[in-house]
Amino acid sequence: MKNLAQYQEWFQACVKCGACRATCPVFKVENQEGGVARGKIALAQAMMDGEVFAEDRLVHDLSQCLLCGSCTNLCPNQVPTIDIVAAARMKVAQEKGLSGFGRGVATLLTHKKAMDWMSKGGDLASRLLCRQIPETSGLRLRFPVPGIPNERTFPKPSFKPFLKRDIRQTVSCSASHRVLFFTGCGINYLYPEIGEYLVRILNFMGVHVTLTDEQGCCGLPALSAGAGDAVETLAERNLKALKIHAFDAVLTACASCYGALAGIYPTLGSGYQPFAEKTRDVMDFLMDMNLAGRLASLPRSEDRIQVTYHDPCHLRNHGLTRAPRQLLAALPQVDYVEMTDAATCCGLGGTFSVHHYETSQKIGSQKAKHIAQSGAEIVATACPGCIIQLQDNLNRENIPARAAHLLELVCQALPVK
Amino acid sequence: MISEKMIQALKEICGPKFVSSHKTDRILYSYDATRKQFLPDVVVHPADARAVSRIMALAHHHRIPVYPRGAGTGFTGGALPVCGGMVMGMSRMNRILDIDQENLVAVVEPGVVTGDFQKAVEALGLFYPPDPASLKVSSLGGNVAECAGGPRCVKYGVTKDYVIGLEVVTPTGDRIETGGTTMKGVVGYDLTKLFCGSEGTLAVITKIILKLLPKPEAKKTMLVVFDAIDGAAKAVSAIIREKIIPATLEFMDRRTLDCLRQTAGLSMPEAAGAALIIEVDGDREFLDKQAQRILTVIESLGVLENRVANTFEESEEIWKIRRAISPSLKKLGLEKYNEDICVPRSKLPEMIRRIETISDQYNLPIVNFGHAGDGNIHVNIMADKADAEQMAKAEHAIEALFRETLALGGTMSGEHGVGIMKAPYLSLELSNESIHYMKMLKKALDPHNILNPGKIFPNAVCPLPGEIK
Ligand SMILES: Cc1cc2nc3c(=O)[nH]c(=O)nc-3n(C[C@H](O)[C@H](O)[C@H](O)COP(=O)(O)OP(=O)(O)OC[C@H]3O[C@@H](n4cnc5c(N)ncnc54)[C@H](O)[C@@H]3O)c2cc1C
Ligand code: SF4
Ligand code: SF4
Repeated sequence: MKNLAQYQEWFQACVKCGACRATCPVFKVENQEGGVARGKIALAQAMMDGEVFAEDRLVHDLSQCLLCGSCTNLCPNQVPTIDIVAAARMKVAQEKGLSGFGRGVATLLTHKKAMDWMSKGGDLASRLLCRQIPETSGLRLRFPVPGIPNERTFPKPSFKPFLKRDIRQTVSCSASHRVLFFTGCGINYLYPEIGEYLVRILNFMGVHVTLTDEQGCCGLPALSAGAGDAVETLAERNLKALKIHAFDAVLTACASCYGALAGIYPTLGSGYQPFAEKTRDVMDFLMDMNLAGRLASLPRSEDRIQVTYHDPCHLRNHGLTRAPRQLLAALPQVDYVEMTDAATCCGLGGTFSVHHYETSQKIGSQKAKHIAQSGAEIVATACPGCIIQLQDNLNRENIPARAAHLLELVCQALPVK
Repeated sequence: MISEKMIQALKEICGPKFVSSHKTDRILYSYDATRKQFLPDVVVHPADARAVSRIMALAHHHRIPVYPRGAGTGFTGGALPVCGGMVMGMSRMNRILDIDQENLVAVVEPGVVTGDFQKAVEALGLFYPPDPASLKVSSLGGNVAECAGGPRCVKYGVTKDYVIGLEVVTPTGDRIETGGTTMKGVVGYDLTKLFCGSEGTLAVITKIILKLLPKPEAKKTMLVVFDAIDGAAKAVSAIIREKIIPATLEFMDRRTLDCLRQTAGLSMPEAAGAALIIEVDGDREFLDKQAQRILTVIESLGVLENRVANTFEESEEIWKIRRAISPSLKKLGLEKYNEDICVPRSKLPEMIRRIETISDQYNLPIVNFGHAGDGNIHVNIMADKADAEQMAKAEHAIEALFRETLALGGTMSGEHGVGIMKAPYLSLELSNESIHYMKMLKKALDPHNILNPGKIFPNAVCPLPGEIK
């Protein structure tokens, strides 16, 4: 991974105009300079210049970032705050050990495939959920057991990890479309049904999906935790395990995985270039196959439900904002409504919600209110992480709306049950 | 250095969470949009005017420099702690206290973000016109302290035209009120206007009473391209002579258009010498007619092209061109000195010509755009940072620019203030006598020179370190 010293030039590119104050979700809640991109860049530079060291205060300030990228989108100079904060966290981790941002990071690497026994207690209290997640999964960084606040509502643990399931496909392997599904931890362990929807939809479109248990965590949570080495190790494993040269596309249905594969991996070396070229968000892929056209030709249902869409940061930052909306608008059972600030981060932010659950809640509450104002019964999105956070927010605010993956709604509309 | 005892006293006033002398916090409050950095010794965030007053009394007694700070978007370094001491962040005082729809008056705390306030009043069908480009982040306190203005100035004026009353804390810690909630008021000196634009050197603003207007029903935007800057300038006069005051009249000179063409892919006739963005606002039914009248009176002034927006989207397309200027200047990869001179609007073409001469003389690209309606020009002198000679030339070019501006009866700064950036040039514009009287005023209000020292005046001095008790 690039180290902090390699961002020197970008420190200069931050002209301290303060424009990021208008958009940073953390700043909007915390209202102090340490929360905003401009401040974090100043601190990263001070760290580089040897002005400040990796002590608790700095760890605290650097931890106050969702890595959501909204600042960069608005920045007149496109300063890559996400990369700078990630590199600064890595530097802190090098100086201070990983305890700062990533409790549990060490085990993440040591126990590959240690505990794939998710299934056994389908009804365990959700608080214990994380104990069932293998130690190699980034989910442990996002919701480590000691850090889990009791109030957080979680999805019920799934019966069996997706990749351990026996998935029946109606289309057999063909030469014309060879696609691989990179599930990611969220879908594999928390929302296996999303994986099943994806397979059904693609089969309906005539595409066979290659599923392999060889894949591991994408590494994004490790990046957020400042564990640069872990990111590299995980990426390397995925590169070796997945023979992606043999496929036309690697599909993701998790925005964070997409961000890692298409955005982070290519910065790790030229060997990862195929990830940048082949990784596709499933929605975008389906749009290219004219799924919207096929959906639009279905008879429109009489009693439709109002659905809105939340942009996951890692799709928005790659400009993937149109396809999901077009799909929703084409669904026969859906009346699409746009909510206020759909593109604002839900507040989960990698390891952020572990360190700053309260701030994360406040950011999320705002989101929940916007969902309520839109009148939508369902907020659709394209990332399991966002679904957890959105549902948690809605529950806490007593808003009856439900968070769902867009693929679930698409699957509902198709004659494939 | 500030003693531990003092820090304790400040914590008692603000609450322990809101006082910090930690290095990271000192760094976080050391800069503003000038990109210059000065470390304060301590950063405080008072909750209310009472706390501000107690802090000022303490600072006065112990001779500790205090720097009020809004959002830190200032372009002249007003919020920078150049002499060390205490940065006083106003962000906790960010409540809109009242919006009185009957009297069209609002009362706010200084930390309210300008854009948030505008949204709040517009939701009630009201209007707060001052529109600095930084409005999404700047604070109203910072706007009052700098008397910020924007494109709407030509029709609606600047910040001070809307401030009808203030509550301030003086450098000695007294809390006083000026003006009030009435539109008229002539009892005593007009201290309100004195504090507007005082750049945080005379008092800390703790409450602002603002005048509001009814929100205009609609706007209409058009883009007109001229063969030369003279045509554009004449157009401004012609429009105003026609008794139409547009809400904005933004111009871009030839070099700005060249730059947009090169780096932002703007398609515009090669012969284009200047362009105006004209926006009229008011009752919807009159706007089409006004737009037509404008096009008629400027027809013979070398118009090459015009585009009238009929929808919101079309209007956004036009404004996008204006917003593309800064990013496209960046693409030139040069360091940019941004000055905001202002000349009588009839002198605009002459000023542009003189700037072109300066540009040739120093062999530096200079790009001009700005508010044609009020003669406020954003002059961007571009130089290569790696080239010491060019950088030195740029400094000379700035001084030449100021001299030419003043020769035409203009001012060195229309919007951004003096701060530390223009202090060295102050005596170019103001007579020694004026400066002397200003200093007397400053001394009367701030005998120990502790409130925002080192600003505005040339060779401004810091309170001597030995003086700190
Ligand atoms: C991208 C960009 C565009 C800009 N465009 C414009 C523009 O179009 N027009 C324009 O006029 N300006 C513009 N500015 C300059 C700047 O935004 C304004 O001067 C603004 O008013 C500063 O507000 P602030 O809250 O950031 O104040 P700061 O920068 O924090 O402070 C500015 C000054 O105000 C004083 N101050 C702040 N709060 C108080 C208070 N409560 N009491 C007493 N003194 C106080 C400070 O001591 C300092 O001297 C722009 C700046 C940027 C970065
Ligand atoms: S918007 Fe960009 S350049 Fe401006 S302060 Fe933020 S990071 Fe720096
Ligand atoms: S990445 Fe998001 S949270 Fe982090 S500084 Fe930028 S806007 Fe704020």
